Amino acid sequence: MLLAASSQLRLDTNWVDYVLIALYFVFVLGIGIMAKRAVSSSLDFFLSGRSLPAWVTGLAFISANLGAVEIIGMSANGAQFGIPTAHYFWIGAVPAMLFLGVVMMPFYYGSKVRSVPEFMRRRFGPGAHLVNAISFAVAQLLIAGINLYLLAKIVEVILGWDLYVSLVAAAIVVLTYTTLGGLSAAIYNEVLQFFVIVAALLPLTVVGLYKVGGYGALKDKIAATPDGAHQLESWPATNLTAIDSPVLSIIGIVLGLGFVLSFGYWTTNFVEVQRAMASSSISAAQRAPIIGAFPKMFIPFIVIFPGMIAGVLVSQVAKAKSSGSTTFDFNNSLLYLIRDLLPNGMLGVAIAGLLASFMAGMAANISAFNTVFSYDLWQTYVKKDKPDHYYLAVGRWATVAATVIAVGTALFASSYSNIMNYLQTLFGFFNAPLFATFILGMFWKRMSATAGWAGLVSGTLGAIIVAILGTKVLGGLSVGVLSLSGQGASFTAAGVAFVVDIVVSVVVSLGTRPRKESELRGLVYSLTPKQDFHDANEGVLAWYQQPTKLAAVGLVMVIILNILFW
Amino acid sequence: MSTTANSRGSKRTHRAGAFDMRNFIAGLIGIYGIVLVIYGIIGSSETQLKKTGHVNINLWAGIGMVLVAVFFAVWARLRPVIVAEDPEAVDDGDRPVGH
Repeated sequence: MLLAASSQLRLDTNWVDYVLIALYFVFVLGIGIMAKRAVSSSLDFFLSGRSLPAWVTGLAFISANLGAVEIIGMSANGAQFGIPTAHYFWIGAVPAMLFLGVVMMPFYYGSKVRSVPEFMRRRFGPGAHLVNAISFAVAQLLIAGINLYLLAKIVEVILGWDLYVSLVAAAIVVLTYTTLGGLSAAIYNEVLQFFVIVAALLPLTVVGLYKVGGYGALKDKIAATPDGAHQLESWPATNLTAIDSPVLSIIGIVLGLGFVLSFGYWTTNFVEVQRAMASSSISAAQRAPIIGAFPKMFIPFIVIFPGMIAGVLVSQVAKAKSSGSTTFDFNNSLLYLIRDLLPNGMLGVAIAGLLASFMAGMAANISAFNTVFSYDLWQTYVKKDKPDHYYLAVGRWATVAATVIAVGTALFASSYSNIMNYLQTLFGFFNAPLFATFILGMFWKRMSATAGWAGLVSGTLGAIIVAILGTKVLGGLSVGVLSLSGQGASFTAAGVAFVVDIVVSVVVSLGTRPRKESELRGLVYSLTPKQDFHDANEGVLAWYQQPTKLAAVGLVMVIILNILFW
Repeated sequence: MSTTANSRGSKRTHRAGAFDMRNFIAGLIGIYGIVLVIYGIIGSSETQLKKTGHVNINLWAGIGMVLVAVFFAVWARLRPVIVAEDPEAVDDGDRPVGH
């Protein structure tokens, strides 16, 4: 994502906007300072002492993902492709979040691991653990840097600040509250950020719909554009996948996006799972992603709709759509709409919301990084058996180091944005086979330690090979043997990673010695007593506090949404 | 829902007080709402109103935010978070590492 540094996007801010933005920063830092009082052990710092209520961790769960990359990217997709973009939420997120809550969370929370890589270590030993922990940690630094760069870039474009000044200022704010309050500060700020983003985007959507003349008029105007009919129905979404055949397009979305990509991301990405792990009980941990799924299914209405509205109301975007321009940067759609529709006052709220989402995205990456670095790498392989406060200090220093590295990464990104895009794609390939290894390891006790790392490595290699054979996926490295690019290529790469991982894991397991069953309690379904997976209080919980029933309600609702926007 | 923290038994407890997330949400969104309502009443020039098609969005969004803030403040007052004063010594840190 690259924002054109055009003076057209300079927003007409006044004192009231700056007051509202400044207020937000007062609260962000205030939360950091208040959270510091609650930090007395490393567990407080890294997992909020496992004490947060489910609605807090649930909102943080989706907020950690609701970064500005998501908001700006998805509204851009909304402007360009319309309703089919909702698949990223209804197919590509909600089912996986419900699955994480119902099926996988009991393993993570019940086994008392402190990170996703730690689960890997206890299930498969050091080989798989190192592959997972190192690739995850490096990827977090990279993404934190990208978030930081985009934050500085957006401040430069809309407020006219110098890129380097805003880069350093943003890094200092994030550093301050994450070093002080650890995960609690990050999570509380994510929850706050969620409300600020809704407070910014909901009025924007309402004003936009009002100005267009209601949803009916919006549909009429979009239908009148080239390709308009496809933009108003969610299936088969051939415009989104760039797959011509409707049947293959549906298969691509359901299997590629809905199954392989989204399950891989939502169920194994520690940035997300860490939020649920900070819950106060196993049923609260299960509820976190399930509660998060409910707002998640309605976010399209305040993210994709503004994009679609911009495609009608904003002359630059409308012109690009009707002429089928391939050079226009749709990422600017949301900013154009904010510029055109919001008066001073709401403008400040909108800017605060955008800054909030960039900072929260970066803080989420950094708080996940410092946990994995401190527990999984430093405590496991470098300095074992030190007192707890030692690891708390390591965590704080890891946060400082990560922020400095992120600033460096951001500076690098400002001159080599292509390389950053390819690196990000590359790290996505480490994510692809994780779900296969986890799900097989959780339900098949025979799966051996060797199979753990062998499956991961070969799955990742499989995805990389697809990317190299594809067209332009990795820039000059891709040879173009397969005519795959864009979304189609990432669906295929993830699918290949999944299949290769499963096949290699099964074959290697059958040829190697399985782990002792006594070591696998809490880690493998058939070897874990049922009560380990349940809250002792579950019998007295109301129906809406029971994960399975809540998840069933969520599933029905997302199916209804799909039917309504068929 | 947030009151289950002390289900383990008869520990001494206290209210989470100022550091209840709901108070922070109520605080920030409430101040935003008040500022927007005031600015919507006194600060709406014709050029600004033209942007929205003559909806005073500052006023309406401000009222909405005040209501949300009231909801969170009332919720926090009615169902305070109970915090165990002497939480169990965190045992995870003592778990043997690297087995």
